[in-house]
Amino acid sequence: MNRWLPFEWIAAVRFLREGRLQTIFIIGGISIGVGVIVFMSAMLAGMEANFIRRVLTSQPQIQLLTPDQVARPLRDAAGEIEDAVVQRPSQRVISIDQWPKIRTQMLAMPEVTAVSPTITGSALAIRGDASRAVTLTGIEPDTYFGIVKVPDYIVAGSARLTSEDIIIGTELAKNLGATVGDKLNLQAASSANRVLTISGLVDFGNKGANQRTAFIALRTGQSLLGMIGGVTTIDLTIKDIYAAETIARQIQAATAVEADSWIATNAQFFTAVQAQIYTNTLIRLFVGLSVAFGIAAVLIVSVIQRSKEIGILRAMGTSRGQILRVFLLQGGLLGFVGSLFGATMGALALIYWHAVARQADGSEFFPLILERNLFIYTAVLATVTGLLAATAPAVRAAKLDPVVAIRG
Amino acid sequence: MADEILRLERVCKTYNVGLPTEVEVLHDIDLELGHGEFLALMGPSGSGKSTLLNIVGLLDRPTSGRLLIKGRDTGLLGDNELTHLRGHTIGFVFQHHLLISAFTARENIMMPMLADRGFPSAEIAARADQLLAEVGLERFGSNLANNMSGGQQQRVAVARALAMNPDLVLADEPTGNLDSKSADAVFELMRRVNRQSGTSFLLVTHNLDLARRCDRIIEVVDGRIAQH
Repeated sequence: MNRWLPFEWIAAVRFLREGRLQTIFIIGGISIGVGVIVFMSAMLAGMEANFIRRVLTSQPQIQLLTPDQVARPLRDAAGEIEDAVVQRPSQRVISIDQWPKIRTQMLAMPEVTAVSPTITGSALAIRGDASRAVTLTGIEPDTYFGIVKVPDYIVAGSARLTSEDIIIGTELAKNLGATVGDKLNLQAASSANRVLTISGLVDFGNKGANQRTAFIALRTGQSLLGMIGGVTTIDLTIKDIYAAETIARQIQAATAVEADSWIATNAQFFTAVQAQIYTNTLIRLFVGLSVAFGIAAVLIVSVIQRSKEIGILRAMGTSRGQILRVFLLQGGLLGFVGSLFGATMGALALIYWHAVARQADGSEFFPLILERNLFIYTAVLATVTGLLAATAPAVRAAKLDPVVAIRG
Repeated sequence: MADEILRLERVCKTYNVGLPTEVEVLHDIDLELGHGEFLALMGPSGSGKSTLLNIVGLLDRPTSGRLLIKGRDTGLLGDNELTHLRGHTIGFVFQHHLLISAFTARENIMMPMLADRGFPSAEIAARADQLLAEVGLERFGSNLANNMSGGQQQRVAVARALAMNPDLVLADEPTGNLDSKSADAVFELMRRVNRQSGTSFLLVTHNLDLARRCDRIIEVVDGRIAQH
């Protein structure tokens, strides 16, 4: 007997060891439950990270835009409205007022990590007989590539963007029969036109985006869209992506621009992420409950099987508190040992599934994220679950009348 | 009796009080047991011997009357105090050996001391080895309870009952399941301990030969002391 172990610990371990088959089965059950929790949590965390990475590396987290232009009805006296119906004016593409000042303001915010002004407008891309409507985005490559990782999505050519270059989507290139190095004639609505060289092709994994996307240098965009020195949007990235909506509201309140967060512009996606988190939580809850019931059932049977021994221990001077702790410890030990095996099983299953599961394009289905905290939390949670599940059997054991228990 | 270890005054025990199945098992029991006395308790099955033993062993409480152990009125004690008094004053030997099967013979003997002190120690282990030697089982200390004969198990049970140096050992038909040779060995063991250490014994038995070798015989019939 180890002299550092208390009586309760020695008795709990011996009882578990003696009921070996029972102990092995319940540890197996707990391991499967914990394994499912570890596997699901890590896989969903990986998938969520993957989704977020895909969404947030192909679009800014906050976008500052010019506010909506509204018609102001004329009033000739206080409280008197002359026009009963006010028609919404058409939204002209205009520059953000005093955008360099706003950019400086944004760079001074501690939450903001990158700021990039852009100009966006429609144009017609023409090559020979083929023409397609495109969304032109004039950018400063140095800052913009820190927000939207265009170089990561380049599938042909490079992310070079001088005033004579253009980067277009793969579908647009296919439709125009163009490839890297070809010339492309761009014609704006104002009839201004420019001939640019295709320096790279991008694939954002979205057919619609690949059909319309065209990146050019900011100055080229300004001259083509007839807005010299102007920008239509300022793109931002921030430290905490989930704080995007709050920060957007703060910016909107402090400046004269409209601020859209990725959460608002991707409400459906965000809802899907939230639904995934809720589902994962529910799965964890129910698996945890079934593990708890399993532990409780095994310990209740153990209390019935050991009632005579509990009676003897009581007759020998063991207190009710000591008996209570013997059975609580058994629950805690089952939970802890089960969590160790379960976490190992879950991690191995995750590594296997990560190696086997592939997306349609052959890329990984989810990144392998095995965080130490997940294992620590799971072990703590399983141990606490074991202790809680053991409470009812332990109280029952402690309350056993020794006379009845010994008589059997 | 000046140096009495045990005194029962008009002790009654009734089960299912207030119910149609109410039954009075013990009626006005008066009994004293002195230090170093070896008392045999006899009586037919169902006469109330085991109930009396449970009350004396502080495992059950009387419905009325007083039970004094070493002069302390046990009716005034709470559950924890009774547990403490039981652990330090009384040792039990049961008919069916009732060793804890998950532990070895030595560990079974260590159990009462472990429960009292909380942690194992060299002193506790030495005391267990000493008791194993006293009951002639020094070679069997590492055997699990289930790997020993009935007689050996009962000797371990006697050693366990003596672990805390109790003033009183209550033995409920300890030889009832043993062959005559083993029964005699276990009885002699208890008698030797009684003579050497002055521990009092209250022995429930159906064996008249054994009872005659005790200091005194008491017979319980229908819940009453029939004779002293």
